[in-house]
Amino acid sequence: MAVAEKTRFIERDSLIGKRIVKMDAPEKIEGKTRYIHDISLPGQLYGKILRSARVHARIKSIDVAAARALPGVHAVITAADVPDQRPIGVARDHLPLKSDKVRSQRDEIAAVAADSEEIAEQALRLIKVEYEDLPLLADPEEAMKAGAPVVHEKHPNNVAMRFDYAHGDVAQGEVESDVVIEDTFKLHYVTHCCMGVSGIIAEFDASGNLLMYSNTQVPFLHKREFADYLNMDPARIRIIQPPIGGGFGSKLDIYPFEVICVFLARAAKRPVKLLFTREEEFLASPTRQPVLLTLRSGCKKDGTLTFRQVHTLHDNGAYTSWGATTPFVMMQTFSSLYRVPHCDYHTVAVYTNNPYAGSFRGYGNLQATFAIEQHMDMLAEAIGMDPLDFRLKNAQDAGEVTGQGMSFKSCGFKDCLNTVATRSDYQAKRKANQAQQNTPGAIKRGIGMASMLHVGGGAKIYPSDGCGTILKLDDFANVTLITGASEIGQGSETVLSQLVCEELGLPMSALTVVNNDTAITPWDVGVHASRTTFIAGNSAIGAAKKAKVKILAAAAKKFECPETDLDLRGGWVIKAATGEAMIDLPRLLRSLHFTDKAELVMTTFYYEPPSVHQDKGYKGDVSAAYAWATQAVEVEVDTETGIVRMLKVTCAHDVGRVLNRLGIEGQIEGGVVMGQGYALTENLMIENGIMKNPNFRDYKLVTAPEIPEMDISFIESMDGEGPQGAKGVGEAPAICIAAATANAIYNATGVRMFDLPFTPERVYRALHGKAEKLSWKPL
Amino acid sequence: MSLMHDIDFTLNGVKRRATVRADMSALDMLRDVIGLTGTKYGCGEGECGACTIQVDGLSVNSCLLFAVDCHGREVVTIEGLAEDRSSTRAAALRDAFVEHGAVQCGFCTPGMMMQASHLLDKHPHADEAAIKRGIEGNICRCTGYKKIVDAIVSVGNQEKGV
Repeated sequence: MAVAEKTRFIERDSLIGKRIVKMDAPEKIEGKTRYIHDISLPGQLYGKILRSARVHARIKSIDVAAARALPGVHAVITAADVPDQRPIGVARDHLPLKSDKVRSQRDEIAAVAADSEEIAEQALRLIKVEYEDLPLLADPEEAMKAGAPVVHEKHPNNVAMRFDYAHGDVAQGEVESDVVIEDTFKLHYVTHCCMGVSGIIAEFDASGNLLMYSNTQVPFLHKREFADYLNMDPARIRIIQPPIGGGFGSKLDIYPFEVICVFLARAAKRPVKLLFTREEEFLASPTRQPVLLTLRSGCKKDGTLTFRQVHTLHDNGAYTSWGATTPFVMMQTFSSLYRVPHCDYHTVAVYTNNPYAGSFRGYGNLQATFAIEQHMDMLAEAIGMDPLDFRLKNAQDAGEVTGQGMSFKSCGFKDCLNTVATRSDYQAKRKANQAQQNTPGAIKRGIGMASMLHVGGGAKIYPSDGCGTILKLDDFANVTLITGASEIGQGSETVLSQLVCEELGLPMSALTVVNNDTAITPWDVGVHASRTTFIAGNSAIGAAKKAKVKILAAAAKKFECPETDLDLRGGWVIKAATGEAMIDLPRLLRSLHFTDKAELVMTTFYYEPPSVHQDKGYKGDVSAAYAWATQAVEVEVDTETGIVRMLKVTCAHDVGRVLNRLGIEGQIEGGVVMGQGYALTENLMIENGIMKNPNFRDYKLVTAPEIPEMDISFIESMDGEGPQGAKGVGEAPAICIAAATANAIYNATGVRMFDLPFTPERVYRALHGKAEKLSWKPL
Repeated sequence: MSLMHDIDFTLNGVKRRATVRADMSALDMLRDVIGLTGTKYGCGEGECGACTIQVDGLSVNSCLLFAVDCHGREVVTIEGLAEDRSSTRAAALRDAFVEHGAVQCGFCTPGMMMQASHLLDKHPHADEAAIKRGIEGNICRCTGYKKIVDAIVSVGNQEKGV
């Protein structure tokens, strides 16, 4: 009865490396996916925020009487109405509703909940605020000078944060050097531009429990933080994440609008939904960290790197979010991308009245790589060495432990370099382009390369870097995968399902994923640090392996054979040696369930990576694995107009192992084009604290006709700790493009550019010797 | 401000009536009055294409179209394209977007689908360069466009029998 009547054999078939379609794609394609913008609760009100009309000013008075009197208005709140509000943000320096003064253009003064958005907007127009202007601090270089305006009275020198790191002795390194160069680089403001604008819905139930529909990338950290900010028991807070219209790091911090919406819901005793307009999204969501950076590097004539010394000035803006902490990642690149015996790194982040920066895909690494990889080309040129050979000579290898304590167990860096050089014909093209620099003709071609190192096995920043999984099999061998890992469009639900299916020998159609409700899902740090495939993947595999043990134990008992003789494949229990089908999984599961000793197959697993926290000197093996990549960019520069066209990007990424080929290609293509925007077109223009271009007309994102040809190779270094050998890849593809583009422009024109973005005007000026001369030293 | 108008139009093949404010956009009408949320707000200024619909066979940014201007017109939204079982092209586009991995966060996807369908209706023989130009007004922040272009090209190729 239990054995198939006719003997049947099931062939081995692996899902790993296949092109697996995204599980939620059909819903999204038909417009059926309900993003936060598409959700409405019964009795819901609409929230709107009044922002500052000034950049730096004392608030003298706020009059909300007329707004409160408007029919359809249910609540109007200012700082005076929420005396219990607490400072939020990474440094707890940010009151959601401003009481004494405003420090930036985006500052929140008051908020309204009304029957409709129109009434809420009308109410905002009725609020009268009197200001007294204060001196403006718009230039971070002025911030620490005597007599500079003070942004926060608690920080009279305007210093928000400092980071100081060293290994070796840079003075010694300088003595050992045959060549020393020093340059200042300037990195600009860009922003995430998620297609779905920010939003939240907050609702209290009759017992005072708070339910939030939120776009957060880190629901469990936020549950805890909201409890702090709202002085609530975390057990009374539940976060549901509807599908998210783009993340890219923007949703790692709690922002004033989220806390304010909760205040409104509390005041109005109704659910309140608050959505940004696109202009508000530009003004009041975070930016990438702008950086002024001076790098001093040296090497020997034989091409051995000797030292790097780095000073950076981070414009912290008016408040502190994750942007200020990008040095955690930046210093890793300076200390450990190449073998550098002596390294010294210093950052000072200063308060200004500018927008504040958050986390953004790459987390400081685009900025660091922009400087380092230009210096690699410049040092190579100074000693007359081919830039590829110079990189290969200093590149890290597997087995290396760096000065910062990072241990490279799998490392395909040299394979990345060689693969890109071969596939792009880098050396021959570089020489040919260089020879064309002084020939007639306005259009010049150039090729440049850059490489990157990034965490690829999580990052132990929080007390735990883990992720939990609950796996539940029903009577028909359908599996519900309940994971802490959030889905933000990157395809985590698909790759996690794939890993579970691989363990249990099931088709993708057997899987349902639950991943968006803190009341159901087990804890996870969140989507950051390119960690989800690695950490949540290992967690999912752990739970699946436990389920498999349970299933095989039951089958072994049934067939009176050792468990090791059996395996799972194609929805069946099979004989491992021959593939002979023994019993189909649904029948086996039912036979376990519907007996006197009834049992369901349900398992849990919590994966904590074997990484360590950094010590106070920022040293330690903070990730369980590290990802590597090299990218070569080919450009065409019109020397008469300054227009740079990106023709082709050749990439090689050490991803450990390709799990879902379709998904990983999508991550890389999207990252490359995001990097292209950073290099060439995107520029958030801030003048005296005012954003000049908060719209898609004047903030130029890359569109389809501009994308380069992309040649993508995968280096499979098979990481020993990674899920099926894989490492993280989410941030990697965006990191090298700007640096490689700078090197390509130099190859095309002989002119080196130290500030981004490479807009026609800036390139034209540089080509005509009119570039801004950058020079910065810490005070 | 509160001047209301009754309009009659065809929405996804069904005749219907709606009462709309004079200053309301077609986007707000679709989402808030009719309750079809597949059409997305991305910018409200006609720059991103997330709200693309088809009106009398032309692709339009619904955020820039007054709701009252839908009167007497044939309007098709993503919900209509999704339910369109008569057109092999609509079905082919749906399949191609899934198979080619043209979707990540998916927020631009409905607008992209509407634009792609309009593009192939008008230019069934569009080549890759023409397809890239054809979706120039639709911003995607996730995919880098490559797989979206591949998906649309593949539908064109199927029709050409390539």
